[in-house]
Amino acid sequence: MSDHQAGSYYLPEPSGWPIVGSAAVALLTSGLVMWSNHIASGGWVILAGLLVLFYMMFGWFGTVIAESESGKYDQQVDRSFRWGMSWFIFSEVMFFAAFFGALFYMRVLSVPWLGEGDTNAMLWEGFKATWPTAGPLGAENIGFGKEVAAGANQFSPMEALGIPAINTLILLTSGVTLTVAHWGLKKGNRGQLNLWLALTVLLGVVFLGLQAYEYHHAYTKMGLTLGAGAYGATFFMLTGFHGLHVTIGTIMLAVILVRCLKGHFKPESHFAFEAVSWYWHFVDVVWLGLFVFVYWL
Amino acid sequence: MGALAALMSMAAWAEESKYNLPTPQSEVAQEIFDLHILIMWVCVGIFVVVFGAMFYSIWKHRKSVGHKAAHFHENTTVEVVWTIIPFIILTAMAIPSTKAVLNMRDASNPDITIKVTAYQWKWEYDYRTEGIKFLSTMSTPRDQIEGSAKKGDNYLLEVDNAMVVPVGKKVRLLLTANDVIHAWWVPAFGIKQDAIPGYIKDAWFIAKTPGTFRGQCAELCGKDHGFMPIVVEVKSADDYAKWVADQKAKTAAVTLDPNKTYSAGELKAQGEKVYAANCAACHQANGAGLPPAFPAITGSKIATGDKAAHIAIVMNGKPGTAMAAFGKQLNDVDLAAVVSYERNALGNKTGDLVQPADIKALRK
Amino acid sequence: MEATHAQDHGHGHPTGLMRWITTTNHKDIGTLYLWFAFIMLLAGGCLALLIRAELFQPGMQVVTPEFFNQLTTLHGLIMVFGAIMPAMVGFANWQVPMMIGAPDMAFPRMNNWSFWLLPVAAIMLVSSFFVPGGASAGGWTMYPPLFLQGGISNDMTIFAVHILGISSIMGAINIVTTILNMRAPGMTMMKMPLFVWTWLITAYLLIAVMPVLAGTVTMLLTDRHFGTNFFNAAGGGDPVMFQHIFWFFGHPEVYIMILPAFGIVSQVIPAFARKPLFGYASMVYATGSIAILSFIVWAHHMFTTGMPTSAQLFFMYATMLIAVPTGVKVFNWVATMWRGSMTFETPMLFAIGFVCLFTIGGFTGLVLAITPVDIQLQDTYYVVAHFHYVLVSGSLYAIFAGVYFWLPKWTGRMYDEKLGKLHFWLSTIFFNILFFPMHFLGLAGMPRRIPDYALQFADFNALATIGAFGFGLSQLILLVVVLKCIKSGAKAADHTWEGADSLEWTHLSSPPPYHSFVTPPVVK
Ligand code: HEA
Ligand code: HEA
Ligand code: HEC
Ligand code: CUA
Ligand SMILES: [Cu+2]
Repeated sequence: MSDHQAGSYYLPEPSGWPIVGSAAVALLTSGLVMWSNHIASGGWVILAGLLVLFYMMFGWFGTVIAESESGKYDQQVDRSFRWGMSWFIFSEVMFFAAFFGALFYMRVLSVPWLGEGDTNAMLWEGFKATWPTAGPLGAENIGFGKEVAAGANQFSPMEALGIPAINTLILLTSGVTLTVAHWGLKKGNRGQLNLWLALTVLLGVVFLGLQAYEYHHAYTKMGLTLGAGAYGATFFMLTGFHGLHVTIGTIMLAVILVRCLKGHFKPESHFAFEAVSWYWHFVDVVWLGLFVFVYWL
Repeated sequence: MGALAALMSMAAWAEESKYNLPTPQSEVAQEIFDLHILIMWVCVGIFVVVFGAMFYSIWKHRKSVGHKAAHFHENTTVEVVWTIIPFIILTAMAIPSTKAVLNMRDASNPDITIKVTAYQWKWEYDYRTEGIKFLSTMSTPRDQIEGSAKKGDNYLLEVDNAMVVPVGKKVRLLLTANDVIHAWWVPAFGIKQDAIPGYIKDAWFIAKTPGTFRGQCAELCGKDHGFMPIVVEVKSADDYAKWVADQKAKTAAVTLDPNKTYSAGELKAQGEKVYAANCAACHQANGAGLPPAFPAITGSKIATGDKAAHIAIVMNGKPGTAMAAFGKQLNDVDLAAVVSYERNALGNKTGDLVQPADIKALRK
Repeated sequence: MEATHAQDHGHGHPTGLMRWITTTNHKDIGTLYLWFAFIMLLAGGCLALLIRAELFQPGMQVVTPEFFNQLTTLHGLIMVFGAIMPAMVGFANWQVPMMIGAPDMAFPRMNNWSFWLLPVAAIMLVSSFFVPGGASAGGWTMYPPLFLQGGISNDMTIFAVHILGISSIMGAINIVTTILNMRAPGMTMMKMPLFVWTWLITAYLLIAVMPVLAGTVTMLLTDRHFGTNFFNAAGGGDPVMFQHIFWFFGHPEVYIMILPAFGIVSQVIPAFARKPLFGYASMVYATGSIAILSFIVWAHHMFTTGMPTSAQLFFMYATMLIAVPTGVKVFNWVATMWRGSMTFETPMLFAIGFVCLFTIGGFTGLVLAITPVDIQLQDTYYVVAHFHYVLVSGSLYAIFAGVYFWLPKWTGRMYDEKLGKLHFWLSTIFFNILFFPMHFLGLAGMPRRIPDYALQFADFNALATIGAFGFGLSQLILLVVVLKCIKSGAKAADHTWEGADSLEWTHLSSPPPYHSFVTPPVVK
């Protein structure tokens, strides 16, 4: 390694993983293009892309883990990882900001515009600007907690109490359990670490289960779909991307759990653990925003 | 460059110059014209000062004339000064600009209100109070565009039915669009306003003198965005009143009876007109279309198959494509005629006809 | 740039194509970025020449209206995302580690991936010309509902934008981390070369706005295929909302393309004036202010959408404010030259050309910022002239300046000064013939994005087309210069330019060693 150990900062050898990743992205995106245009075999291309992507992730992360465990990373590398992860989370925040922006824009501006002045009088007569709404030609909002008959052009918005409130509790609790696990790691108490980490993963899975149930219920019983206008679009896109992030977070936590069970990480150096927990807390905070602005207000 | 810019703009004082905004025909356009001249000259002035200094330095402080480099590299006083001076200049610019914005946006108390609806690629003018409504499409013939005929003076800036307004009256436009975003722009009046589907946006002008003024759609709206001109004829109060009366008479005369049953010949004759005005832009005059973006009508499965499906696509359009819902634009007779025409001309021969009554039945 | 490895070890490293595909070296990756950008410049330029050929005379001669719109759209997308941005990232890769005394970038493997995603996106974009219906034709701004019409190529464009976004975000995270964490001992923030500062701020902008672009094109995708109504009034949405979100990305995006250019010019001018950069601290603050202001001016692209009057006024004032920090920069450059000891090698020529012509573009930007005036000029050739002055004689000129400036460092060989100067003079003359008349076209009322125009616009269009072909051909000189330099240039000195004082000149050989700084230098 000597000749590539420039100073003390670890510089990796040339690597084939990135190009594998690019191949995965190429497959995945062309598959998605095909699938959204109903071109046969699009689904298979997506699957191939995902498989290659997972292969790449296994290989790449495996390499990183091996490097880390064999002590190649020093303090400075560790700091790089911290900066990198923080900026990555910042980029994720901005991604959600786009959708929150859309939500606020529609609630505060465009829906009221449709309900007033010339726009209302000449184009959408009779439309009353309220929230939640599916817009002037969208399904009619018949109020919280009502069942919608199949085929009726109606929807019932999601209530904050019930599953969303339970899910809020679950995520908040999972933040606590994760922190307890972290204390365990720092104290060198592996039992505590493994137990509380496993609990966190479990809470993530339960959250996703409940959300899946909620979606199913929305689609089948409440007339609440992606197509339900401004409300449906923002509801599903925001909670959907959040759910995707919970899924990713849960998988990452599970991987960390496996590594913990294998005895990885030391009380004083365990950046991967921290990174995943940052991510998890970020997902948690986004949820709070969702709970307040999508479900509650 | 600065000198060149200055020279060119000098020439710009001439009326209808090639180098400047067109001669203003409304108060707002005049304000804009003056504002532009003001800002431009301020910029030219700053340019001359700053780059005068730079080129002086380039000339005098060359190494080749033996100039030795000084070593200063900051000076808080000048740095503060050249932060504050631009700020002051900008504030001075902001004052007339703000006034102009406030005036431009004040559409209150209009004399006439016209609703303007944009379609791919034509304008519909709806004089709400007079009850006049017509479409306005580019009238430049294809062969001029393709170069097989000599281009006329108003090449690409001429329409079949111009919008007509009286001189000296406050005209308020209510703009919207039916398919994609367009923009209604007549430079002489200083109006450019996007027409947004699903929303009404307004703009206003008072034309100072009679005459014909031309503009174009100013927002990319697809294939024929470049062929969507606007013509406004400004008439004296009397001429305007005469025009209104004529239009009313014409509308009354032209309206075909939607309750009648028409013969194949009548439907085809009317259908051909409607087709040329509304459909030929995409599906082409001979029905061959421009596949794959715009399908052919000749031999089309829909236009030679089930009647109901054919009527449905013409009336409701196809969301997510350029195929618009013509149910709102055309009346029952025209719809029946154009569908009949497509089914029995352009190389199709189904032999069946669609009557206005069929359309009416579908309206509910 | 081949010569980088001349005296390197590299035993056991892949060679040939595999070297480039698997490389984790910042210089290799920088080279890849730069070549990629150059190829894209030629591709985008060829599309532009087709546009200009059609516009040479009134009437439709060369292409059909649909194809014309495709050309315009892809020209914009390819130039912005394929040419200018990757070129700037290429500079960052080469220069940032050398300028701050680091051995390489912070995440070398991720660096490789950032690059190798670009060809995927480029292939996606370019191949969309060949799918049924042709390429995207809605403009590089992708406004719905027009973008909701149209075929499969629009989806290809959406995903290409996603990939480009991922690449940019990873690249930017890498750069930020490198700058924040890998500086040599003693290299405090306020001692960093200005190029490094501008890239730090640019990278921050990238991380902040690329995800927003990803979000909004995702909404386009779901509106197209999955039934959402973000941009459809019938469902409570608004087509104008797209413009707000797009320009929230789009305006910072234009500063993403210009701030690194400011950085390059701020390295070049002091070197050839043989005098330290004037007002270093105020340059840093100005860059920061531009970045902050860039988040609150986006709706100056939307003055004609019919926003509330108060919003129009707010965005007008905010936009005008940007002239203040930008002015500070211009004045500082002039003050740097003032009483220097100047020579005018090619990099300096391009830098001076930059300052002068960019400022013209800045002034027309200011004219456009005045809401009532913009009402007349929005979507006309005046805007086209404005943004080519800031992008071509701005960003692109700075890229040229940087290439000539650092080519001797990168290759260890001198470029041909005569050809370089010829490149500058021809470019500058033709550039002005190409774009200056467009101001007049816009003022006189010629809309942009049209394949055919009224007769009164004929002369200036013909002139512009002549300029375009001249400008395009002139760029081949650059290709010749670079190839000649790599192949047969004279040996360059380590400290090629006597006035240059950053670490790559004072501490490293030309070409520099494989790992720039194996032991970090100590900066006093
Ligand atoms: C590198 C890219 C770049 C840069 C740096 C800029 C810089 C600026 N731009 Fe530009 N712009 C674009 C790229 C860029 N722009 C693009 C691509 C578009 C079109 C997008 C599309 O629609 O496709 C566009 C469009 C655009 C518009 C919308 C036009 C329209 O569509 O109607 C406006 C309006 O305000 C605008 C304004 C400005 C301003 C005020 C600046 C300022 O930053 C300029 C500041 C600089 C100066 C002012 C000069 C130097 C200053 C001094 C010497 C100090 C003294 C000066 C005074 C006191 C006046 N730009
Ligand atoms: C980002 C940088 C960038 C750059 C560098 C350029 C470079 C050029 N652009 Fe620009 N352009 C944009 C960004 C850029 N553009 C954007 C964002 C738009 C808006 C798109 C939209 O509306 O959606 C636009 C739109 C645009 C239009 C308006 C189109 C319309 O509204 O319909 C025009 C018209 O003339 C034009 C022309 C040119 C020309 C002639 C060049 C030249 O500088 C190009 C020169 C380069 C070459 C020519 C290639 C190199 C040479 C060769 C390969 C050799 C072969 C050459 C010959 C045989 C002569 N561009
Ligand atoms: C702005 C362009 C445009 C105009 C104008 C237009 N059409 Fe279309 N038309 C289309 C497009 C695009 C489609 C294809 C829709 C799809 O993807 O199924 C289409 C499809 C059709 C079809 C179905 C053809 C087939 O085989 O799929 C018929 C019939 C039709 N149009 C009739 C008309 C009539 C009648 C008019 C005028 C009153 C008209 N169109 C005007 C763009 C247009
Ligand atoms: Cu209508 Cu452009
Ligand atoms: Cu902008």
